[in-house]
Amino acid sequence: MTDTNPNNDNEGIDGSGRVIGTPSSAGGDRLVAAPADPHEEHEGAYPAAETHGRPEEMQRRGERLASLWFVVAFVAGVLFFVAYFWWNSAEIADPRIGQYSNMALGGSLALALFAIGAGMTVWTRQVMPHYEVGSPYDELPSSPEEKGSFGDFFMRSADESGFTKRPLLRRTLLLAMAPLGLAPIVLLRDMGPLPGDVLHSTTWRRGMRMVVEGSHREGPSTWIRAEDLENQPGAMISALPYVEPTEEHPHGLSLNDQAKAVILLIKMPDGAFKPTMTEEQLGWTYNGIIAYSKICTHVGCPAALYEQGTHRILCPCHQSTFDAADGAKVVFGPAHRPLPQLPISVDAEGYLVADGDFSSAVGPTFWDAERGA
Amino acid sequence: MSRSTQAPKALRGAGNWIDDRFHLAKTGEKNLRKVFPNHWSFMLGEIALYSFIILLLTGVFLTLWFKPSMAEIVYDGSYERLNGVTMSEAYASTLYIDFDVRGGFLVRQIHHWAALIFVSSLVVHMLRVFFTGAFRKPREINWLIGVAIFTLAMLEGLFGYSLPDDLPSGMGVRILQGVMLSLPVIGTYVSMFLFGGEFPGHDIIPRLYMIHILLIPGILLALIAAHFMILWHQKHTQYPGTGRSNKKVVGTPMFPGFAVKAGGFFFFVFAVTVGLSAFVQINPVHLFGPFTPTSITSGLQPDWYMGFMEGSLRLFPNWFDINIAGYAIPTGVLVPGLVIPGLLFGGLAAWPFLEAWITKDKRHHNMADRPRNAPVRTGLGAAGITIYGLLWVAGANDIISETFSISLYALSWFFRFAVIIGPFIAFMVTKRICLGLQRRDRETLEHGYESGTIQQLPSGEFIEVHKESSTDTVHVLQSKEPVERIVVDADGVDDNGVESPEKRSLSGGLRSRLAHWFTKDNISFEGVRPHSGHHLHHGGHSEETAAEQPAATH
Repeated sequence: MTDTNPNNDNEGIDGSGRVIGTPSSAGGDRLVAAPADPHEEHEGAYPAAETHGRPEEMQRRGERLASLWFVVAFVAGVLFFVAYFWWNSAEIADPRIGQYSNMALGGSLALALFAIGAGMTVWTRQVMPHYEVGSPYDELPSSPEEKGSFGDFFMRSADESGFTKRPLLRRTLLLAMAPLGLAPIVLLRDMGPLPGDVLHSTTWRRGMRMVVEGSHREGPSTWIRAEDLENQPGAMISALPYVEPTEEHPHGLSLNDQAKAVILLIKMPDGAFKPTMTEEQLGWTYNGIIAYSKICTHVGCPAALYEQGTHRILCPCHQSTFDAADGAKVVFGPAHRPLPQLPISVDAEGYLVADGDFSSAVGPTFWDAERGA
Repeated sequence: MSRSTQAPKALRGAGNWIDDRFHLAKTGEKNLRKVFPNHWSFMLGEIALYSFIILLLTGVFLTLWFKPSMAEIVYDGSYERLNGVTMSEAYASTLYIDFDVRGGFLVRQIHHWAALIFVSSLVVHMLRVFFTGAFRKPREINWLIGVAIFTLAMLEGLFGYSLPDDLPSGMGVRILQGVMLSLPVIGTYVSMFLFGGEFPGHDIIPRLYMIHILLIPGILLALIAAHFMILWHQKHTQYPGTGRSNKKVVGTPMFPGFAVKAGGFFFFVFAVTVGLSAFVQINPVHLFGPFTPTSITSGLQPDWYMGFMEGSLRLFPNWFDINIAGYAIPTGVLVPGLVIPGLLFGGLAAWPFLEAWITKDKRHHNMADRPRNAPVRTGLGAAGITIYGLLWVAGANDIISETFSISLYALSWFFRFAVIIGPFIAFMVTKRICLGLQRRDRETLEHGYESGTIQQLPSGEFIEVHKESSTDTVHVLQSKEPVERIVVDADGVDDNGVESPEKRSLSGGLRSRLAHWFTKDNISFEGVRPHSGHHLHHGGHSEETAAEQPAATH
């Protein structure tokens, strides 16, 4: 390798002098640049001045090193097969074994790939010459003659075809295309039903009992009773309406229904409700228990975090914050509408029940969300 | 060494067989001689290409087992911890890939890592193209194709992320649906059509699957092919240096040099991706559990390239949400969810044309600009990075808040201000740095470089000896193109007191003002001859130095 001061080199095209931000000539490897020895005939495909061959000694070392890498790649490749067959597919079901398998397979494969890359890099940098081949950029705009000839040819042909001269032909063709162009859009019509009013209502009906969300919901023992919450001010339960299980929906509710019906049941301490709450809103509560939709009105994440001390409901996705003591009004963050409230009461057997559907549309705000259904 | 002019017989046979049918000898040689300039920054686009290839390979493998179905089943499989849990077939089949298919976990992770690397390398590649002005004529169309690839890559990543139907993945779809619903008038229709009904329905995963494995990859493949054909035809831009010019590109030829170099680099990229997949676990869906629309975990983060969207959704306040005659326009969702990405991609797409319009530059450019030599563009790029970066970091404001015990709300306020003020600061600082570097360049060009040797003159004065820079350095320094400074007075009259016809129109006036802004701080290299400065000649101050100061400021 030449070891020159990078700034005092004036040797023309392959100068290795470098300024930061400009290409390196990949090492000062000009020891055996072909012109150095006029007796040796240049054998390469590119001009001698643009081909900077490596010294024979370097090439020999490069060959050995590259081959070593290729052998490493071969061994690692064999190890990959060993790793594959070491565990059978039943064993990797154990996450711990699965992890080992993953590391063994990935490790050997990565090594094999790396070694091939390393071998090829050594090959280019130590065996193959360093090229600085010049090649002209093509002249991009065509010559005026070519352009003129093309324009002339095109217009003659167009005229001859009648397209320019026969407007009826042209216009009816365009007319013929119009319905066909629209066809694909019309064909998409059956991708889904029209929205109608479905976004305005949920499964909640008067008298529906509730179960804890995420639990097995079978039998009366799982229904939420008022007393489950009454004696624990600050308590919060995430709940769903109870619906008889079906074959298709073992939990009784489809995901679509769950996505709209899920509520937060919160037991507020005495006197915690703010005076700004309306009579109607307070009338929808039962003994300090209030129910809000759990689905954030911003973009629909479950607003699952509840801070007892401040009565704030927080959506972990985008941090919309709602005041549970004030009709779930937005106190911070990007949401705009309060969380809809579900009117609740207690039935004769002491179970919490819904007293109807939500006070407004559930979920992300949409065009007519604020208009009644 | 013996020269081998004759190809081996078998190769000749194959070559002739092909040439008999396609007449390729001449074209073949020309293309194998194609030159690729040597610079590390040209490898960024290669990373993107190679990770796309890895994505195709691993993606095909995953489709062998993945079931794009939202049918609810009760899991009874190898991963015992989730036995008895209700989940979609999509999630169950993902667990199958992870715990029943040997190497399945690895390939799924390679696919995910390659996707992250794909988008990252696209972004860095585009930054390189932007800052070096490589998007200028004649390469605007390839820039547009690049913007399209970037946009589609983000969507492709989001949709792929949504397929396993684990908790975070389903929540991504939920947010997507929430953004759709915010569209005035058509929002509910778009959502109902795409989801085949209400959220989540049973159609969205099969549909996203089709889009993810067929539609977008097909378009991406076509765009990438077009990108390469154009690149091949127009050739790369190159950095300034000895022997390189707008007419001539210098570098490594395709065969044999570049083929082996690039081949080796492909294996490196693949190795790094596989190594990460083996040892750095990503997206362990079995730990997240299946999606339900009713549950969530805190600290949810999307894949990195969606982070700026997440951040803008978090930061944008609800102050502008309006309600016209009872109809809601939730700008708090519309703006961050659609307007901000629209501005990002639209701005990127429009930039080459905007810059050409402002500078009235109609020339062909094959030499890459050094970013310092285009201070306004570089400053704008830095401002863009700042906005994007701040939004991206804000997408993790809950994590930052928890890690550093900072109030979440205070942090959101900080980001709201920073996102507006930050880009201005970034612009000004970057532009000043560029101008400073330009001054130093001129200094180096004129006086040579500081050698570090101190000499005492007979007069007793100490000086640092400057030495002449190499020809290469001189070439690079001289690569700065002359910039015509466009001066606009308040009354729209140019230097000579003549009102240009352009200024009479509104857009013309705007253009000339922008052009003025673009060029007003230019450091002129005009008349600067290499190594003509006094430090080299010790002959006292010459006339060259007198020309230095006035041009530097405006």
